[in-house]
Amino acid sequence: MNVEEDKKVIVEIKGVNKIYGSNHVVKDLDLTVYEGEFLTLLGSSGCGKTTTLRMVAGFEEPSSGIIRVEGEDIQNKEPFERDVNTVFQSYALFPHMTIYDNVAYGLKMKKVKKAKIKEKVMNMLELVQLGGFERRYPSQLSGGQKQRVAIARALINQPKVLLLDEPLGALDLKLRKQMQLELKRLQRKLNITFIYVTHDQEEALTMSDRICIMNEGVLQQVGTPVDIYESPQTKFVATFIGETNLFEGSVLEKQGDKMRIVVEPGDFKVRGGGFNHGDMVAVSVRPERMLYSESPVEGFGLMGIVKEQVYVGSVLKTIVVLSNGNEIKIERLAGQELPTGGQVYLYWNDGDAKLIHTFDNVFAQAVENIVMK
Amino acid sequence: MKKISKHTFRSNTLPAMTTVGPVSLWLLFFVAIPLLYVLVMSFCSLDESYNVVFKFTAENYARLMDPNYIQIYTTSILVAFFTTVLCIIIGYPFSFLIARTKWKHKALLYMMVIIPFWTNSLIRIYGWRTFLGTGGWLNHMLLMLHITSEPVEFLFNKGTTVLGMVYCLFPFMVLPLYTAIEKLDSTLLEASSDLGAKGSVTFRKIILPLTMSGVFSGSIMVFIPCLGYFFVSDILGGGNSDVIGNLIERQFQSGNNWPLGAALSIILILITLLLVKIYQKLGGDMDSLGV
Repeated sequence: MNVEEDKKVIVEIKGVNKIYGSNHVVKDLDLTVYEGEFLTLLGSSGCGKTTTLRMVAGFEEPSSGIIRVEGEDIQNKEPFERDVNTVFQSYALFPHMTIYDNVAYGLKMKKVKKAKIKEKVMNMLELVQLGGFERRYPSQLSGGQKQRVAIARALINQPKVLLLDEPLGALDLKLRKQMQLELKRLQRKLNITFIYVTHDQEEALTMSDRICIMNEGVLQQVGTPVDIYESPQTKFVATFIGETNLFEGSVLEKQGDKMRIVVEPGDFKVRGGGFNHGDMVAVSVRPERMLYSESPVEGFGLMGIVKEQVYVGSVLKTIVVLSNGNEIKIERLAGQELPTGGQVYLYWNDGDAKLIHTFDNVFAQAVENIVMK
Repeated sequence: MKKISKHTFRSNTLPAMTTVGPVSLWLLFFVAIPLLYVLVMSFCSLDESYNVVFKFTAENYARLMDPNYIQIYTTSILVAFFTTVLCIIIGYPFSFLIARTKWKHKALLYMMVIIPFWTNSLIRIYGWRTFLGTGGWLNHMLLMLHITSEPVEFLFNKGTTVLGMVYCLFPFMVLPLYTAIEKLDSTLLEASSDLGAKGSVTFRKIILPLTMSGVFSGSIMVFIPCLGYFFVSDILGGGNSDVIGNLIERQFQSGNNWPLGAALSIILILITLLLVKIYQKLGGDMDSLGV
């Protein structure tokens, strides 16, 4: 988040809400997109990510708030007047036109000269590795090829921003992986800003410069893949991206930045600022950072029983059950296995536990519930 | 081996007989045989007392070139043409509206087109005559409002025949159009707009070409019956705008010349087949004709 400060802002979404009837789909969204970056809107279905994209494209109108592209309010611009183009999930290729005509469509609308159109379309088809396909019809192409045409068609007008709505959703896994890398390559080469919508966290982590995680219309966190994974700011982000072990409790004692946190099955000491005595807190520890020992560890009062150990190639996965029945996932490089049913003490290195305020969330939820009723 | 093949033969025949059998019989008795009868009839001649005798003659077909008849063919085709064009002009926006409306009672709009069909078209055409006639409602109203001082004759011209045809055949245009427009993927329209096309351009480049099949099948389904709907031109056209159907009807009724009527029928069938063939050549889908 530090490097972006001096980058040029290309899309600015300010206080945007979208309400359909009684359905509040996007809530007070503030988001800044920088020129040339690959930003992913990530969330499960119905989180408002596609609606956000469609509002930028102009297919939906925000109920309130402002969207600016290059500093200009685009509220009153029709989709055909906006310098953004969309790659649709269903490809939306024109079935009665050849691949050439599909790709040339945007240029024809701009009344570009025929010779120029031909040159540009051929170059673009070459770029997406579809040279020689120009006379075919969409129905004669495979899913992956159709997707390339859709991308070529959207890129030909050199939009300021390319919007991609789950463009790889309909492809099989292998093709999807390949297309992910290709899209990333295209984006770097053309240096066009991509706003990419997906529900696939792995895809988001692979491709994005920054990820914007949404849940139930609320923006949860924006940051680089490393930020998101290493420093989740909300419980939702911690559990949505990758696997994690979450301990929920409250701050029992506080001395400087050292705190003792009590959770249902025990207590432990951690470092962390910004918390006060009695604050509600969630502590997230990734499985690969979780450690165990057969003897008690200073500062940690978490004890469990080894329930299961699974050897998966290089990694040994262990599940430890705590006294309250919660299961803790541990991953470490394969080595000596522990006897199932044995007692272990859990601990982790300083800095591997991420502290998340939960009081605010709970409070906000409670207020919202009251207001909604 | 032989036993097995015999067994499979039997088990294949029975299902075939029970499924395709009744339909084939139906087609044989109610389509093929009557058609053959008409064809044979068209080559028969009449004796002095106007009885059909099975004596081969091609004279019936020669008579079809009579200038009076050619006049009627021309009128028929003109009436059918204008009816089809009017049906497209009114039907397209109408179908677009009901296919694309976000109103939740969409089905109601659709039903409003269908429901009049449950009443006999003859009765509905008589309704128009009552409405438009010199002593009818429309004239009554015009007189009351002092727009005219004398009743106006609206009936008995090609215009009223076309009006009646449009009225009768309109749903045949709407149904295929509705299907074609309904099928249109709305993301294609979004994509077009996204790529810089205004509404009018999107209509010309995307919507119209992709719904053309509906226009084609609708046109076929309006044009062909138009040539044969004799009761419409009888009731509303008053003999001034006869279609081929009138000609055929007259031969079988007042003219009492069945062989000539049969020859005319054969010609009508041939015209129909020709039009369907053209429709197919243009890439029309036979399924959307409902045949």
